[in-house]
Amino acid sequence: MKTKKFTPKDVAKIAKLARIPVTLQEEKQLADGFNATMNVVDQLFKVDVGNVEPTSHVTGSMNVFREDDVDVTRTFTQEQALLNAKRTHNGFFVVDHLLEE
Amino acid sequence: MKLNTLTLTNALALLKKKEISLEELYRDIEKAIEEKNNELNIYLTVDKEAMKKARQAQELPLGGLPIAVKDNFLTIGLPTTASSNVLDGFMPPYESTVTKRLKESGGVVIGKTNMDAWAHGSSTETSDFGPTKNPRNLKHLPGGSSGGSAAAVAADMCIAAIGSETAGSIRQPAAWCGVVGLKPTYGRVSRAGVVAMGSSLDCPGPIGKTVEDCAVLLHVIAGKDEYDGTTSSQTAPRYQKNLKDGVKGMRIGLCYTDHPKLVGTPVDVAMREAGKVFERLGAKVELVKLSKSVKPNTILTPDYAIGLYTIVQRGEVSSNLARYDGIRYGEDRSHFGEEAKRRIALGTFILSKGYADKYYVHAQKVRSLYIQNFKELFETYDVLVSSPSPGFALPIGASAGDPMFGELQDMLVEPSSLAGLPGISIPCFRDPETNLYLGLNIMANHWQEEKMFAVAYTFEQNIRWDP
Repeated sequence: MKTKKFTPKDVAKIAKLARIPVTLQEEKQLADGFNATMNVVDQLFKVDVGNVEPTSHVTGSMNVFREDDVDVTRTFTQEQALLNAKRTHNGFFVVDHLLEE
Repeated sequence: MKLNTLTLTNALALLKKKEISLEELYRDIEKAIEEKNNELNIYLTVDKEAMKKARQAQELPLGGLPIAVKDNFLTIGLPTTASSNVLDGFMPPYESTVTKRLKESGGVVIGKTNMDAWAHGSSTETSDFGPTKNPRNLKHLPGGSSGGSAAAVAADMCIAAIGSETAGSIRQPAAWCGVVGLKPTYGRVSRAGVVAMGSSLDCPGPIGKTVEDCAVLLHVIAGKDEYDGTTSSQTAPRYQKNLKDGVKGMRIGLCYTDHPKLVGTPVDVAMREAGKVFERLGAKVELVKLSKSVKPNTILTPDYAIGLYTIVQRGEVSSNLARYDGIRYGEDRSHFGEEAKRRIALGTFILSKGYADKYYVHAQKVRSLYIQNFKELFETYDVLVSSPSPGFALPIGASAGDPMFGELQDMLVEPSSLAGLPGISIPCFRDPETNLYLGLNIMANHWQEEKMFAVAYTFEQNIRWDP
């Protein structure tokens, strides 16, 4: 199996999904990089996996639970939570608007 | 004697006997940093209060010794950037479990070290704050992504260091810088408070001047952590205890020297010489033949692991780095560098609708084959040895514009890392002309770090270095 070649247009669509702003020049560079990378990745399809199960955890641990309690020693104060935010207003994070009026 | 050149174990012994003082030790460390950091670009941040903190820690097991920490571990009071502009100036509101344990045992974080941005790379050249130089030869790279930590140890700008690895990020820079680096079993050391990269692979681990120093540090940072559900509930043993067990009667499998990329190279020669050292000490050493499929007593070619690692890593990266929205902390997503953009975007494609089964699920099946292969090999062999890297440190600039640089440099450790196995890289050869080193990577089965330490220590004590 071979991955189809990426065009700058394909990259623009992926970049939008990933919310990564890219310039036209970057679209071309990324497409070239993807094509080089997927050439190597496609070697993987030479491997006959038969009916092998996919790995879910390397050392086989499963279902690790904890009590659903609030650990007050690990709770941020409002001040700590906002410490690194670029934009705050009255103790809240400021976000870009999502809905048009 | 310059006290910054001391090993952790020797420094502790001398402090205990009061033959040296913490003040003298810190003076030499700080002097080394002052003299060399501009040129080498190892520390992004140095804690000016380190000496004060050390004095308060002197009664604890690590006695206040200065430890360098990779800049992807969250540290209260010291900025944490993962060498990315996105996190430039970020002040963590909580502490990583590894540095918390380090501090509770009397270690002092002397500074935060440069790395490939987000740990994406094997050169330290993808850092948004410039590359680090290899202290052994300034025209060469230190490797990466924990390049700053390995270089800090090699340049005696700390007593020991902490790094992190998904596949090669501790062992390859340790090899390139001529120091000892250990990647533990997945789940041996907590990932809590480490800037996440490939969550099914990430492992914090020690980098030191000797095998014993790494044993001391691993014991400090290992063990169950309620903030990381993948940590094992098995208690971490005192790794120092079994160092002198020797290799007599052990079966050691020599791997990958018959790979077309290695045959006849200095790595091939160095690995065979290492094999002879083990045989002289009473171990039975055999070449494990390379195979294109899982067959008894052969090792599956690392060639498939390159693509497998790329899929798993890119996929997990795109998911982990989705959290950087610039709202709660950090800059917005336009601040990602070239390499991060490339990895996030490709990972987004790999996990997108219609492709996840084709790529990610197929890759996880190939991953199962590697796990099965190693499981069978460890029924025959006590440890497997290989080179951590296909060659010596490469010149500065080598990674530029190559989207697969890291994957190809780390191909020899990708299979075992994908299987969650532990490995330790120790220096095994030095080229007198370039002053560059080759490493020896000793791998053991899950949770068998003690066996790995015994083999590494024995080799370290028995290798002869040219004057």
